[in-house]
Amino acid sequence: MRELKLMKGNEAIAEAAVRYGVDGYFGYPITPQSEVMETLMAMRPWETTGMVILQAESEVASINMLYGGAGSGKRVMTSSSSPGISLMQEGISYIAGAELPCVIVNVVRGGPGLGTIQPSQSDYFQAVKGGGHGDYKLIVLAPSSVQEMADFVGLAFDLAFKYRNPAMILSDGVIGQMMEKVEFDEYKPRWTREEIIAKNPWAATGKPSSRERNIITSLHLQAVDQEKQNIKLQAKYKEIQEKEVRYETYLCDDAEYLIVAFGSSARISKKSVEIAREKGVKVGLLRPITLFPFPYKEIGAYTDQVKGILTVEMNAGQMVEDVKLAVEGRVKVEHYGRMGGMISSPDEVENALKELIIGG
Amino acid sequence: MIDIKDIVKPENLVFKKSRILTDNPMHYCPGCSHGVVHNLIAEIIEEMDIQDNVIGVAPVGCSVLAYNYIDIDWHEAAHGRAPALATGIKRLMPEKFVFTYQGDGDLAAIGTAETIHACNRGENITIVFINNGIYGMTGGQMAPTTLEGMVASTCPSGREHTRDGYPIKITELLAQLPGTCYVTRQAVHTAGSVRKTKKALRKAFENQTRNRGTSIVEVVSTCNSGWKMSPVKANDWMVENMFPFYPLGDLKDE
Repeated sequence: MRELKLMKGNEAIAEAAVRYGVDGYFGYPITPQSEVMETLMAMRPWETTGMVILQAESEVASINMLYGGAGSGKRVMTSSSSPGISLMQEGISYIAGAELPCVIVNVVRGGPGLGTIQPSQSDYFQAVKGGGHGDYKLIVLAPSSVQEMADFVGLAFDLAFKYRNPAMILSDGVIGQMMEKVEFDEYKPRWTREEIIAKNPWAATGKPSSRERNIITSLHLQAVDQEKQNIKLQAKYKEIQEKEVRYETYLCDDAEYLIVAFGSSARISKKSVEIAREKGVKVGLLRPITLFPFPYKEIGAYTDQVKGILTVEMNAGQMVEDVKLAVEGRVKVEHYGRMGGMISSPDEVENALKELIIGG
Repeated sequence: MIDIKDIVKPENLVFKKSRILTDNPMHYCPGCSHGVVHNLIAEIIEEMDIQDNVIGVAPVGCSVLAYNYIDIDWHEAAHGRAPALATGIKRLMPEKFVFTYQGDGDLAAIGTAETIHACNRGENITIVFINNGIYGMTGGQMAPTTLEGMVASTCPSGREHTRDGYPIKITELLAQLPGTCYVTRQAVHTAGSVRKTKKALRKAFENQTRNRGTSIVEVVSTCNSGWKMSPVKANDWMVENMFPFYPLGDLKDE
């Protein structure tokens, strides 16, 4: 039976992690996501499921604890917010290079620098285009409700282990801090030692005489070997792009104009669609749920149908570049966004649609 | 004439390499201390019969490829982050033996925070610390433990504390932390010192079964390539210059 609770997005992440049978959480406090570790510590899961929770000395340390933990084949996660995620980029690159599964939650706040503690979506590029050094991709999920904060913990782990790749939940301060009702699955047991070894034969769990030693590394000193690894990674990313695109549409069937928005911007834009429709303008909303893989093909398919596309983001215009790549110049694409922690109202978005797309 | 085959017989065997040491030719320079310490760790793993129960964390530095030589499961860390990785591994698998193998730049410069906080939490791990006072892998630059007056490629006229700061006695610092249970400084330049280091390493590994905190074995080492000395001269130089500043012996044994 599903259990109904009223809680913040950050708390939902914690609750979902324990219920999903996650083995370890390593983190460092930062606003606006500190409730994740606070909730976990209050839940004392080490007494129930056996989940390990540890407050690290920095985000540099927590991502590297995650790196070590992920190498053991267990389900490990961390959460942070923008400046902390910047500090983690070194570790994320190593984890991607070593092809380890893990989950990283970014409850984005406005930047650059120390910025603000208010919500933002200005880490889109960092999340989907690499962030750290080298050619790599994260699987990036963008929740737009507290329910999705909870549901995407399990989804992120499933995808991370399916592809041996780090997955990121790219949320923002709105979703992290707002309270909504959320339904939870029943508790799942953590994997047993035998299950871990069977599912993850690559894990460094101690070398029995029956196999060669397992070495978790991202180091390939010879260029020819490194290129081989790069080719393997790129093939994996291509497969993820082909198989794992997730998105949602709202009133798109007869739409003459399209709004593309993710996360909390998509929630605001949904209302803008309704306002515009009341005035007789046929607008639809396409909400990418996976930001990598991005729904290029799915957005591109609308170029025969719509006269223009507006992207709505809480940043200076980042996802808009991917939308432009998707439509390949066939229709007009404009961006509307607020920055620095400011949030657009549905009326503002509807106005922007009129000014930038319909009237422009 | 005596044939080699007449000599290589089981009854003439007085020493053999540990089965835990792989057959890969080591990339270390002749005279380097790494090979000796690798061999000691391999022997201890064999003697304690923990090959299937131990995970090593390799550093960035000359020993970045340590995993090529010791036949156990390994995890390669980013520069300085080995104690954080070891923390994650040990917390999730407390039944395993977990050790880091780190050089001076890795442990005492870029990884200072990770080292101090892992020790301060009393992580139940073993830290093997090779201190040769220089960056070997990148070609002989100044290390945090480079002695005053000692020449390196980034302090070609010798380390000068007004410009470069002082050499850091990180091991003394770690011994102050309540999280550490065994902190010792050893060397491997003579047969006797090799035996002592092996004993220290064995104790540092066995401490993990007592769950008393972090064990640290510093090995004051030579880097004859980085120091630009012959192996013999490097050993003499280490005794004359390194040992007075980094004296050998136990700093803590609880």
